Amino acid sequence: MPARFWLWTAALGVYAFLYVPLAVVVLFSFNDSALNAAWVGFTPRWYGKLLHNPDMLHAAGNSLLIAVISSTLATILGTMAGIAMHRYRPRLLPFLAITPVAMPEILLGVSLLLFFRQALDLTLGFVSIVIAHITFSIGFVALIIRARLAGMDESLFEAARDLGASPWETFRRVTLPLILPGVVAGFLMSFTLSIDDFVITFFTAGVGVSTLPLQIYSMIKVAVTPEVNAVSTLLMALTLTLIALASRVAPEVLKGEA
Amino acid sequence: MALLEISNVTRRYGGLAAVDDVSFAVEAGEFFTLLGPSGCGKTTLLRMIAGFEDPDAGRILLDGKDLAGIPPEKRPVHTVFQSYALFPHMSVAENIAFPLKMARRPAEDIHRLTRETLDQVHLSDKRDHYPHELSGGQKQRVALARGLVNKPRLLLLDEPLGALDAKLRERMQLELIALQRDVGVTFVFVTHAQQEALALSHRIAVMNEGRIEQLDEPDRIYGFPRNRFVADFIGSINLLEAEVAASTPAHLLLRTPGLGEVAAPPALDVPAGARGALALRPEQIRIAARGAPHELKNHFHGTVEDYLYLGDVTVYKVRLDNGQTLEALLANSAPGRAKFFETGDPVSIAWRHDAGRFLHD
Repeated sequence: MPARFWLWTAALGVYAFLYVPLAVVVLFSFNDSALNAAWVGFTPRWYGKLLHNPDMLHAAGNSLLIAVISSTLATILGTMAGIAMHRYRPRLLPFLAITPVAMPEILLGVSLLLFFRQALDLTLGFVSIVIAHITFSIGFVALIIRARLAGMDESLFEAARDLGASPWETFRRVTLPLILPGVVAGFLMSFTLSIDDFVITFFTAGVGVSTLPLQIYSMIKVAVTPEVNAVSTLLMALTLTLIALASRVAPEVLKGEA
Repeated sequence: MALLEISNVTRRYGGLAAVDDVSFAVEAGEFFTLLGPSGCGKTTLLRMIAGFEDPDAGRILLDGKDLAGIPPEKRPVHTVFQSYALFPHMSVAENIAFPLKMARRPAEDIHRLTRETLDQVHLSDKRDHYPHELSGGQKQRVALARGLVNKPRLLLLDEPLGALDAKLRERMQLELIALQRDVGVTFVFVTHAQQEALALSHRIAVMNEGRIEQLDEPDRIYGFPRNRFVADFIGSINLLEAEVAASTPAHLLLRTPGLGEVAAPPALDVPAGARGALALRPEQIRIAARGAPHELKNHFHGTVEDYLYLGDVTVYKVRLDNGQTLEALLANSAPGRAKFFETGDPVSIAWRHDAGRFLHD
């Protein structure tokens, strides 16, 4: 009984540590006061104000566009990589795909910056952010796809060929429908990673292009306003929705099989 | 011309030959079985016919045409997989229609053939169900229907009954025989279950270590095994080590250590002095109470060491006075008794002089 009690206490403590700060942000985004100090009363006006902030809207538009493009491309490339890893069991490819996932973000950010500037002589901006986001998303997609394929009967694909399907038809009619939940989950995960990313975006954005996380950062340099709380709450809601969706279509995303 | 001709086919993995210089031919309409223990090369052979693997040497001809370089989807050969491999995201009807769609058949043909085939395997009421909603036997029938619907020249079956329980397996065996007879498609069947092979096949190729040990009709395989491997693999058998004392057109006279002289059916190609073993099926050996009258030449005394009661029959393990043990099978058909002998009972065993077969080493 006491052991059980302490276990629960510890668990609740950890949950509180993780979620109370988030809850405070959500709560204060509805606070009827320009100061982030004491609860005054409920208001939705900070959300209304967001909608009239052109910088914020511009940044949000950039974030969404970058997320859509980078996660679409990352999903296509990652799916191909995942299938290749499953089919040909290469030694190096899984390692190469997982490295950007495991590497400290700051390292990836700095090295991408150097690569774009020194090696490619690319002007930093929209394109460099998209490429950077694709880089760290591919690994996630590939691992999800590989996990999905690992649980599948290999003879399904042979049966398709055997019954008259060309390799392309086998992919279209059998492989793709069977891995589709993984593809969707991979897309949603990439989207989440892209729209939330700060560090790597910070290094690869250059001047002129801002995303939502960059915009929030530049705002809190002045003060944590209720507006920041509001936009953070929206971002949080979007992220949670995407993760919930991803784990719904492909439960292996949360099981850590990847 | 044979429908399928396997000619000197070899397939190696590393240095090991999984299939070692195998040749045989399958006639149109035949139910042909590749039988052998796991690892004997039967599945590798099947996969080469289907086109999933290529022979390292030799040729595979279908209707006289070399299949080398033709991918699986272009071969008029379909496979029923051990795991059935039904597409989980397609309904029963969609699974069966799949090969027709891939063959670009017109929509009305697809419709009609799918319906007819569903009828043929008694699954019309399951057409819109998905594979996970089916029982093992139903999945099995969908897999068969899918393999047959586009009338392949050859249907390959890889241990298709392996996952079914004994009762269902027996029923599916009968259905399989009827189905093959009705559709007239040539079957090449792979199994390690010797009874299944005996029950289903027109001809059986017994394989071991990548080679064919014997290719024959089921009753020939069982009754006249060519060597020790075939004798031992098919059913149970007693092997008595022996040396030929005399070989005449009427009989073989064998000298066996401990038992003295034993008479066996004639084998003209075996000279006197040859060594080998006399193979006797348990059902060829008669077992009787000690002292009962007998008229058989091959006649010995022993004691029941052990027995296996199987209901319809009992298998007795009899230790002869010279220390050798033989298995004898006795039907439990006498009214009023479940079995005849107990462990430790003194018995006599005997077999006809024309029973059994001498296996020349």
